[in-house]
Amino acid sequence: MMSTRTFGEPVKRNEDRRLLTGQALFIDDIELPGLLHAAFLRSQVAHARIRKIDVSRALQRPGVVAAYVADDLGDYWKPGPLLVPPPPIAGTIFHARTQVPLAKEKVRHVGEPLVIVIAESRYIAEDALDDIDIELETLPAVVDLEEALSAGSALVHDDVSSNVSAHVRQSKGNYAAAAAGADCIIKRRFRYEHGMSSPIETRGVVAQWDGRANQMTIWDTTQAPVFVRNGLAAMLGLNERQVRVIAPFVGGGFGPKIMMFYPEEVLLPWISMRLNRPIKWIEDRLEHFFATTQERGQIHDAEIALTKDGRILGIKDVFLHDGGAYDPYGLTVPINSQCTLLGPYVVPNYDSTFTQVFTNLPIVTPYRGAGRQHGVFVMERLLDLAAHVLDIDPAEIRRRNLIPPDAFPYNNQIIYQDFAPLTYDSGNYEPVLDMALDAIGYQTFKREQATARAQGRHLGLGVACYVEGTGIGPYEGAKVQVQSNGKVSIATGIGTQGQGHFTVFAQIAAEQLGVEVGDVDVVTGDTDQFYWGAGTFASRGAVVAGNAVNEASKAVRRKALKLASDLFECSEEDLVLDGGKVSIVGIPEKFVKLGDLASRANPMRGAVEPDTEPGLESTRYFGPKMGATANGVHAMIVEMDPDTFELKILKYVVVHDCGTVINPMVLAGQIHGGVAQGIGNAFYEKLAFDDQGQLLNASLADYLLPTALEVPRMELAHTVTKSPLNPLGIKGAGEAGAIPGGPLFAQAIEDALGLKAKGVELLEIPLSPSRLFELTRTAKG
Amino acid sequence: MARKRRDFFDLRDGPPHTLSAAFRGSRNALSLVGLPSSAMKPAPFKYIAANSLEQALALKAQYGDEAKFLAGGQSLIPAMNFRLARPAILIDINGIEALCGVRTSEATTRVGPLTRYRTLQRDAAFAGLFPLIDEALPHIAHPQIRNRGTIGGNLSHADPASELPAIAVALRARFHVQSATRARSIEAADFFVSALTTDLEPDEMLTEIELPLQSPRTGSCFMEVARRRGDFAIVGVAAQMTLDDHDACRDIRLTFCGVGETPVDASPAASMLIGQPPTGNTFRDVAASVQTMIEPAGSVHATADYQRHIAGVLTERALRTAHQRAHDGR
Amino acid sequence: MDDDRHDVTLMVNGVSYTRRVESRMLLSDFIRHDLALAGTHVGCEHGVCGACTILLDGEPVRSCLMLAVQANNHAISTVEGLAGKDGAYHPLQQAMHDHHGLQCGYCTPGILMTMSAFLDEHSSPSENEVREALSGNLCRCTGYQNIVDAVLSAAARMRG
Repeated sequence: MMSTRTFGEPVKRNEDRRLLTGQALFIDDIELPGLLHAAFLRSQVAHARIRKIDVSRALQRPGVVAAYVADDLGDYWKPGPLLVPPPPIAGTIFHARTQVPLAKEKVRHVGEPLVIVIAESRYIAEDALDDIDIELETLPAVVDLEEALSAGSALVHDDVSSNVSAHVRQSKGNYAAAAAGADCIIKRRFRYEHGMSSPIETRGVVAQWDGRANQMTIWDTTQAPVFVRNGLAAMLGLNERQVRVIAPFVGGGFGPKIMMFYPEEVLLPWISMRLNRPIKWIEDRLEHFFATTQERGQIHDAEIALTKDGRILGIKDVFLHDGGAYDPYGLTVPINSQCTLLGPYVVPNYDSTFTQVFTNLPIVTPYRGAGRQHGVFVMERLLDLAAHVLDIDPAEIRRRNLIPPDAFPYNNQIIYQDFAPLTYDSGNYEPVLDMALDAIGYQTFKREQATARAQGRHLGLGVACYVEGTGIGPYEGAKVQVQSNGKVSIATGIGTQGQGHFTVFAQIAAEQLGVEVGDVDVVTGDTDQFYWGAGTFASRGAVVAGNAVNEASKAVRRKALKLASDLFECSEEDLVLDGGKVSIVGIPEKFVKLGDLASRANPMRGAVEPDTEPGLESTRYFGPKMGATANGVHAMIVEMDPDTFELKILKYVVVHDCGTVINPMVLAGQIHGGVAQGIGNAFYEKLAFDDQGQLLNASLADYLLPTALEVPRMELAHTVTKSPLNPLGIKGAGEAGAIPGGPLFAQAIEDALGLKAKGVELLEIPLSPSRLFELTRTAKG
Repeated sequence: MARKRRDFFDLRDGPPHTLSAAFRGSRNALSLVGLPSSAMKPAPFKYIAANSLEQALALKAQYGDEAKFLAGGQSLIPAMNFRLARPAILIDINGIEALCGVRTSEATTRVGPLTRYRTLQRDAAFAGLFPLIDEALPHIAHPQIRNRGTIGGNLSHADPASELPAIAVALRARFHVQSATRARSIEAADFFVSALTTDLEPDEMLTEIELPLQSPRTGSCFMEVARRRGDFAIVGVAAQMTLDDHDACRDIRLTFCGVGETPVDASPAASMLIGQPPTGNTFRDVAASVQTMIEPAGSVHATADYQRHIAGVLTERALRTAHQRAHDGR
Repeated sequence: MDDDRHDVTLMVNGVSYTRRVESRMLLSDFIRHDLALAGTHVGCEHGVCGACTILLDGEPVRSCLMLAVQANNHAISTVEGLAGKDGAYHPLQQAMHDHHGLQCGYCTPGILMTMSAFLDEHSSPSENEVREALSGNLCRCTGYQNIVDAVLSAAARMRG
């Protein structure tokens, strides 16, 4: 038996040195002999028919090697695959329309690519864009969700009879009957907009076809290298073994880097084969606003029915979801909204309908939270509104509806994004709420607030609860191998964008194998190193790949002990594995180093038993039947300037339960980063598309990411309710920080400005000082 | 007189907010003609590093509007990276020593246009003489920008949301302008013609900023509301009040950035303060007057009504603070 | 028009380089691709994110807002020169490691350059002063808290 040495410890990161000294390889760092550079001519209008594209002048510019339009691709041109089919929900309508490598006949959003130019430098490629003659006949842009569904609206897709991308209804129980017996019904319209991921590193692709080795290498800032390898190999007519996809160090993913078969990913390898030269495309920041997927908005008409003591009888919600011009990612985002709305609460009757709408705007796919924010906003606001009407404390109304700890696994009876019924595997919600209320000083806040008000200061408090479905399948795998020098090597198929996989997975292996974390090296995101997997998304990396690493490490441990027991001719129970060696209990001088065992397992002479494998290695896969449910509560105190509506966060508390914690330092970092994005979403970030589908704030000067002055110090605490769904008992944590920011801000601001008494309700996100001025000016008081 | 000349980019209709407006402006020019929506490397140009002011002016005389001076580059280069600015010739003036420096004499301080914000921030004497500028400097972008950006470049760029133009007007600054063939001077208030447009002729450079020293018993205050520290101001106000020996207000300067195409000089609206000791009520009256005189355009960050509202709020706060400081001798 | 090219000579991390560059080449691209010092990263090319921050004659500047030709006869420092010749971390690098001040690491070089220069000028900064100095560098991963802790910790270490 071993004691915990690394698992659960705040081990410092293996990957830091390369990153701190500027030695880590990011996509734009790749230099290859003969490298060519790509630039795209992208549509400047949101909706248009393509009348003419003439690249002849561009081709004459010195330094330009090639230029391609859709027709040049021949049979290679095809819409991308549907990545996520619609879930098995009865009555679902879904029209799959996926993005194309280069626009043909029509453009459907600003930024959609029309021409790709290949040149000796990016500078020259951009020069050549000016040489291209293009004629677009603009069409009316479909932007407003309700107008998009009205008769007479222009159609984003001419072969679909309307702008309905999908229509889904899920229900349980009987809401109408529940509402008939309710003491209180609250009905409101809510608008929630989530923004764009905007990692500091944009996307990029480098494709290198080697015609002599018959080998394609693609470096890609993707969160899903295995799927990209498989898809591109199929498209290019190559065997999967001929294609290697490498995700190098990636400067932040947050979701949109798992969108696959982006035009650039599809085009560059094909062009490299044609020109027999390596090609690089690095997305610039301006392109990122259009060319990378994002999230946007939903409009909810929602209603809650309650008893007079605040117990939820049922919820009905009808919402519109802006999916953008194409829907390759199926219904993941709105299904998440639909499911996550239920939160940690008992909702006996639920009737939720959504329509995903085609618009002439960039594609929407998951961005950290992936639609959960929208659902959480609706639920938390409904509860706040109900609390006000019923004169119940906001924290108390939540407490009264929490799913009790003995009710797990808790089946919500609707279908989740992994196509399984939404079942919360485990949870203990009330202590999390209590800890958060305690940490924020809930009991004494009213007094503090009054004292501050007497001094002319306007303080307000917000509390919000959420659950987060994490760790879904299908599976991940890992290969763990002890090398003859005693160091351990891990390879897994997922990619890394800063989550600390190089350390967290090493901790798991180090725990099992009794080695130092620093002696474990981890390779992620290289399809030549590990063949199988899905990707890093939906807060599943640590859960799924982590468990695969654990299983493989356990298998290696068993092999090591068996080999050593054969060597020492003793029983395995008499052995201990620690400090990089196997020794006999009580006789430390009788030991064999792990590295030597590895050498012995790979003999140069002698025989290897049939059905055994050489080496001290193991490959294992882990595929959870369903996701594990994490949960949390955020609480915040703000100060508002009642004249300018400027906001300052005085205190921010997160209490989170993601089961067993592998590395508390890495976990805290994930929460911090998520909270910062939640703050951005609630009060700073807004994609300002106008009614022509033009983005009015396409720069970081005007799309406002929070800086060190906008993100406060955060206080974190956690409880541990292990997941029964995996041996390590872990749940995902990547998105948690970002989820409840919206309702938190709405509640705290209402409290600080006394808006309820003035009859002003905050039913939309994002907010801003100007928006608060506009919302409050009509209600004088 | 004041010539309407488009300086950096051709703004079409829309809020006067540099990068966004300019970018929007270039997009609106699209119609059926393709403009690259993705450009973040500059278009080609010829670069000349000028060794002397004479050489710089001679080059500008030769090339006129085809040439731009490169000072700090913190406004010009992003515009060039977006290809919104495409000068054929770039005249780098960073090597011209004569354009640097801060010289204070009896009645004025003369500041070279190449003086970097950072230099002003570190000049305690300058801060003491011009607390209005000193108070505004932390609001201008971020330290890395302030290490390169220059006061002359900022003023010549004439961004409507920029702080220094409004402060220059408040301080009654006088600008000295030169071309190869002549020198002239112009009051700050007349220098700013419209958004991103100054009175500079195609062959001229702003070569000196002259700031009159303040009288005793003068207090000032700069305040702004922006979405984040360092962002362009949604509304910024510069207030400067001088009291006489009886604590009556004898001079008042009140200007705004961000609420018009150029700095808005609301000193006339504030002149009601002159002649008596200021009170909270009179500050409120000035604020109301300011609100009726300005025509803010709104932007993605703020509605015009919010800007108008903030202008009123900041007027009262800035006047109160300036008065307090004048009274306390700060 | 034909390329407009100029000779530039500059010191980078104490080493002298002479190259011939097109006038429009950005300093950020020059450092990364011509000098193969890819530790300096590019995030926006319009001077907002700070990822490209280097030291020009000791002062932090955004290399995406300078032309390579402007660096002629100047000395620049990049992240590759921050650690000692023996690989020993600068106190700020050590503190960032100790406090988990980086996740994806993409913004990190810009922050290291900005804040190491800040620490050279401010030996006892308050948390607010640190945050103000940091506000010109965007990070999307960390929420800044650990970076602030790292800077404060490095300041304490550098005070001795």
